[in-house]
Amino acid sequence: MSEDIWSERDTTPDKIEAALRELLRERHAANRALAPARVLNLVVIVDREWKGEIANRLDRVGRYHASRTILCTVEERRETLDAVAVMSYEEAGPGGVAVIHEKIEIEVGSSQLARLDTVVDPVLVPELPSMLWSPHGHREAVQALLGMTDVILLDSDDEDDAGDALCRCGQLQRDAYVVDLAWLRTVPWRERLAAAFDPPERLSKLAELTGVTVRHHPSSAASAVLLVGWLSSRLGWSLAPMRSMNGDGLAGNATAQRGKVEIELRPLEQEAPGLAGVTVSWDPGCWLSLDRDLGGLRARECGRGGREESWIVLGASRGEGGILGEGVRQALLRDHTYAPSLEAAQQMLSEVAA
Amino acid sequence: MSTVVEHLPTAENPLVEGLERLPVHPTVLVIFGATGDLARRKLLPALYNLAHEGALPERFELIGVARKPDEDFAEMARESIERFSRRQPDPAVLKGLLGEVRYVAGSFDEDSVYVELARVLQEFDKRAGYALNRVFYLSTAPNFFPLIGGKLAAAGLQGGVSAIDRAASGIHRGASGVHPGVSGVYQVPSAATRLVIEKPFGYDLATARALNAELLSVFDESQIFRIDHYLGKETVQNMMALRFANALFEPVWNRNFIDHVEITAAEDLGIEGRAGYYDNAGALRDLVQNHMLQLLSLLAMEPPASFEANPVRNEKVKVLEAIVPPKVEQVDRIAVRAQYGPGVAGGKNVPSYLEEEGVPPDSRTETYAALRLQISNWRWSGVPFYLRTGKRLARKVTEIAVTLKPVPHIALQSSGSVGVQQNQIILMVQPDEGVSVSIGAKIPGARMRIRPVHMEFHYGTSFMSESPEAYERLILDAMRGDATLFTRNDEIEALWGIVDPILTAWRQDTSSPLPQYPAGSSGPSEADALLDEGRQWRRL
Repeated sequence: MSEDIWSERDTTPDKIEAALRELLRERHAANRALAPARVLNLVVIVDREWKGEIANRLDRVGRYHASRTILCTVEERRETLDAVAVMSYEEAGPGGVAVIHEKIEIEVGSSQLARLDTVVDPVLVPELPSMLWSPHGHREAVQALLGMTDVILLDSDDEDDAGDALCRCGQLQRDAYVVDLAWLRTVPWRERLAAAFDPPERLSKLAELTGVTVRHHPSSAASAVLLVGWLSSRLGWSLAPMRSMNGDGLAGNATAQRGKVEIELRPLEQEAPGLAGVTVSWDPGCWLSLDRDLGGLRARECGRGGREESWIVLGASRGEGGILGEGVRQALLRDHTYAPSLEAAQQMLSEVAA
Repeated sequence: MSTVVEHLPTAENPLVEGLERLPVHPTVLVIFGATGDLARRKLLPALYNLAHEGALPERFELIGVARKPDEDFAEMARESIERFSRRQPDPAVLKGLLGEVRYVAGSFDEDSVYVELARVLQEFDKRAGYALNRVFYLSTAPNFFPLIGGKLAAAGLQGGVSAIDRAASGIHRGASGVHPGVSGVYQVPSAATRLVIEKPFGYDLATARALNAELLSVFDESQIFRIDHYLGKETVQNMMALRFANALFEPVWNRNFIDHVEITAAEDLGIEGRAGYYDNAGALRDLVQNHMLQLLSLLAMEPPASFEANPVRNEKVKVLEAIVPPKVEQVDRIAVRAQYGPGVAGGKNVPSYLEEEGVPPDSRTETYAALRLQISNWRWSGVPFYLRTGKRLARKVTEIAVTLKPVPHIALQSSGSVGVQQNQIILMVQPDEGVSVSIGAKIPGARMRIRPVHMEFHYGTSFMSESPEAYERLILDAMRGDATLFTRNDEIEALWGIVDPILTAWRQDTSSPLPQYPAGSSGPSEADALLDEGRQWRRL
């Protein structure tokens, strides 16, 4: 990987933008086989002391790098802008085209956050969608950038209170498309539940579900409640608010067409954030359970007559880097099942105290 | 970019709404020729990548069938995946994929192979508690297709047409829809049996028809999935997106605006030790009859009513049938063949085709073919389609160049520059993947001088995700029963119908000298004669 670098202390957004344009012109003149990626602007707002950790997370997203990443590092008493722009690329093979990615780091002061739009806007690639990720809060800056943001990336599992986190998602949805990493952690589970009930002889059981239990990392209650919200919204359940089980998770119920569905969210210690398992039950004694295992999910099933079976549903763990990369990729997609799932999840948590 | 809309009925399962990966019915995949090159290099790595991404059915079983006795199939598969997979395998996923694989050894003509296969298939069904879908993938030489098909039927393994396949194909006649071998025990109306075969589908029109007839005597057309892996390439599928998702192009996509179309599939390599196959096939059979005419049909077809299998394939067949095949005696006016002679490629001296190992010294097999075709329909009447392909050419490139007609009047002076040129839309298939549009633009300066510039879209710069291997997409589609990217029997016969007179003419001509072109060049000068006056082949 080769890099072209520009930096300047006490600079301005216009100078940064001009420098980027010049770097690109020079590089393209030197090698016409290099072309700038033009997919997505990713604006990230981070506390300066944690920027290394966030940079590491961004490095691990694999192939899903945004084409232009603008990292705004916030320093308490700073009043000027310092900036570093890096264009990275690999040399093209014979007859091929290689792609340039751009990363701009701008050091800003907290007093500048309320008008961060005036810093970021000139540096965005016009015509490309812009995604905003502010993992350390900085709501003032988020508010300032909302007008130029198409997609907001966030992680409801990062918040202490899942109810507050989902409420925030609901509010932000009015201004931009929300990509919630907590929602993306449920993807394999949603896919596998959909597949499990896809055979015609099993499909009818969806209307007969009597129970759903979701096991989750203690910090991933938002993922768990979003998974139940998804089931509920897809299956047309009416949800009642959940209640705390005195530190042992949450319990509640839903009314489906054919009766009540008992719901439990149970925290479970495990290394990785996200979900640990899900069990759905129907007919007396019939259930299907999916749990994390090596090389995929361990499926266990008990049918009528008590016949139990177990098998592995193959799939590699994406890891947190993979989930963040998936979050970036989702900026270009639209999942219309998220909003109703979020609404149902908010409803479930509406009476749960923090 | 995925351009083919999922066709499966999603309303029935409310949970699939919004998911990127649609469920696939539990399936057992049987690979005949499981120890062969294609299986090792493409199929097994593709299966691993599907497993890695969680795209395989929740219950998936794999059986290898091959002649080698006592083969440790799991170990061979592991080695192949580790060597050829596009990503480093995750040990746990790999172990999960290969932990339960079975291997049935024996010659494809032995009944015992099919008895054992039936036993293993039933064992899997029993373990699941219901009938798994069955996909028989014939990764074998084509002469085994009828034999294996017939033996599968004789063993009662040809299955029936599933509800999904029936819906996709528009078939309404009765079919059992259950596996006969387990009929009465595990009645699952959705279980399907499918047969996947690889090109070549026949050696000429007569053998293609015979192959179709033999396979269709035991399988229903909706069960047969003929793979042309070109159709699994994202850039090929993107042709449909380009044409039918953009108001920009379709208005000019006809004889009123398009001057001519040039389809190139050039390879810089020689036959790479495949003399046995290539000398029997030649360039026309190897690339024109299948890949290149598929590209042509996608480029020229009318918009389908939907992107389901049969509406798309119906439109492709209509275009192919609108290409009037030449009479044998007219072939030399529309087709040129040639062989590469010695030359220089990549700075190295390389031998001629006749000097390649395994090639008969008197071979008249063409390593280069160029054609001029006309589509006789309302949209394309009078627009020539030029096709060329060859081995040992100057560069590896597959592209379609659509050249628009010149502007009717040029008010701009063009002295001092190359001037106003015809617009071109270049669909780049490989090695670059994307679209390039050439337009005239003013050269900066005091004078009004024009030269062509290019507006380019490259997959690498515009999408974050990398394209999956064509086989990953196609295997998954076959397991799903989505035949959109597979070739139908009438399509195969239409394709052969176009090239059959050319093959006949070339076979009959045993005396006239075969044009030569130097290895590493742009091809024979004789091909220029196919072009109308004032036109020239695009530079490779």
